[in-house]
Amino acid sequence: MTREAPEAGAEGPRDIAVVAFAQTDHRRTSAELSEVEMLMPVLHEVLEATGLKTADIGFTCSGSSDYLAGRAFSFTMALDGVGAWPPISESHVEMDGAWALYEAWTKLLTGDADTALVYSYGKSSPGSVRDVLTRQLDPYYVAPLWPDSVALAALQAQALIDAGETDEPALAGVAARSRASATANSHAQLSGSVPHGDYLVRPLRRGDCPPIGDGAAAVVLAAGERARELCPRPAWIRGIDHRIEAHGLGVRDLTDSPSTRLAAEKAGAFERPVDTAELHAPFTSQEVILRKALRLDDGVAVNPSGGALAANPVMAAGLIRIGEAAARIHRGESDRALAHATSGPCLQQNLVAVLEGES
Amino acid sequence: MPEVLKAPLVVEFPFTRSLGPVQSAFLTGLRERVVLGVRAGDGRVLVPPVEYDPVTAEEIRDLVEVAPTGTVTTWAWNHAPRRGQPLDTPFAWVLVKLDGADTALLHALDAPGPDAVRTGMRVRVRWAGERVGAITDIACFEPYDGDGAPEPTGHDGVFDDLVTGIVAPARLDYTYSPGRAQSGYIAALAERRTVGERCPSCRKVYVPPRGACPTCGVATAEQVEVGPRGTVTTFCIVNIKARNLDIEVPYVYAHIALDGADLALHGRIAGIPYDRVRMGLRVEAVWTDGARYPDHYRPTGEPDADYDTYKELL
Repeated sequence: MTREAPEAGAEGPRDIAVVAFAQTDHRRTSAELSEVEMLMPVLHEVLEATGLKTADIGFTCSGSSDYLAGRAFSFTMALDGVGAWPPISESHVEMDGAWALYEAWTKLLTGDADTALVYSYGKSSPGSVRDVLTRQLDPYYVAPLWPDSVALAALQAQALIDAGETDEPALAGVAARSRASATANSHAQLSGSVPHGDYLVRPLRRGDCPPIGDGAAAVVLAAGERARELCPRPAWIRGIDHRIEAHGLGVRDLTDSPSTRLAAEKAGAFERPVDTAELHAPFTSQEVILRKALRLDDGVAVNPSGGALAANPVMAAGLIRIGEAAARIHRGESDRALAHATSGPCLQQNLVAVLEGES
Repeated sequence: MPEVLKAPLVVEFPFTRSLGPVQSAFLTGLRERVVLGVRAGDGRVLVPPVEYDPVTAEEIRDLVEVAPTGTVTTWAWNHAPRRGQPLDTPFAWVLVKLDGADTALLHALDAPGPDAVRTGMRVRVRWAGERVGAITDIACFEPYDGDGAPEPTGHDGVFDDLVTGIVAPARLDYTYSPGRAQSGYIAALAERRTVGERCPSCRKVYVPPRGACPTCGVATAEQVEVGPRGTVTTFCIVNIKARNLDIEVPYVYAHIALDGADLALHGRIAGIPYDRVRMGLRVEAVWTDGARYPDHYRPTGEPDADYDTYKELL
């Protein structure tokens, strides 16, 4: 939803901004660290950037999935890193941290809190993430076949190729551009010149797929004047919305993403052009679909961070898109940026946020 | 940096799921070699059928039989099948729009190689030899040249002996690593020592350490050896025998604050009748040969600890 103009005499919705962002270096494995040991440095980094302490934070919300590392209730262990005593106002979503940010944004809108800490983390290294992700699928008709995440993305890529909207060289181009951009991102797992490799599941080659790895990210949100106190150039959330496709893969047109388009529309993305877009497209073919759904032309800097093709810590990669877009606004490199997060197979659920800096 | 500890971890569940009326008819149909779809509010026939309209979210119940033959709408060649997938030789994942259906079903296509697969190709169901009422009753699809497929008989979706549930086994394999703090704890246990970590801020010593002070939210790093003696802070009497556990009931399970620790750990108390265990009882760890952790704790014979010495640890 977007901010609407306040009615006469009524108090309008609050302005809410991303005021700090931090992420780990993303790596193939972090076996020497537990989740909380991996996460804690980024929590400290965002708090230090704002000068806030845990006790100053009005609401804390996290996103993670125990299935990734096979650790039951790992999110409660992760709370150790926050310092949740005396008891804090806290919530968790079994989703990417972008959806935790959405919950925190609504909490701030209610006026119950002025600041929020949002974090997420994912450790894919202990398990086989391609197999783990099959467990999120329809348990009656799909999950018993164990179609892995690369296979489902490959079905979508082939549909896109059949429709004449891309081809394998174009997809390789998306991969190369993303990893070239990632050379400027010290946190990236995969950057520079990366061989495109053999087919994993045809038509997707290794280079079309995201690296598998571990990582964490954190964001601080603040409302109104509080945001201006905490950050020289807050990244104001002008709109944020999330939508979902029908859950049957065969019901959907896999070459399009109407849920992304609708979320973008509701977030106000089409009201004025953006200069930057951070898209959560773990597979090259998904960037093609998202560019179309979001009507991004060549003038928009797409994934200057390298995107999920450079680092894809599952459950954090969507929040990182919002964080990267906000950080560019903080640094004055963007005035209006779009951030997108996805969840589920073949862009099943999509979240779009529009962020702006003040001149 | 100590050696990174690793151990295999298997998470395995048989999920038992009940079926709604449409899913029940569809999976029963597969058992009987009948493929059913459901008609949606916009007239489309959805295969596999769902309980609620994907557009309007209304309940839909109008079952329609479709053919076991159809057309590939997209495909992906899987040269390296993974555990649990429909075929253990290279195959194509396919979405198939069955004749009479308006949406596509995900399954595997048995084909000699990627050059034999294309979008638009005709395929038919290969039924599993033994069918139980599950999506895997379709063994896979196979290429179909137009002859020999039975026409749908207009089945009404009513069956005797409906399948009302499925059991879906799920298994995931992990390599577990405990992280820095817990690795230190485990390494010390191997030397029959118990170590915690001290919070640099509040100075509390956590045993076992988890790497962070949950009160202060900062990393703990300073290792502190605690015990080997400690105090029972609270306890319970266990009267139900656990499966695979060779311990006679009743027995006592207790919270034990090892000397020097600011957090109680838990363990079994033995060497004393269960009904004589009490708060404040002084105990020490008992190790058995080859054990990786204390088997139980027994009384030291010291006088009981004063309540004030452990009341903060309850």
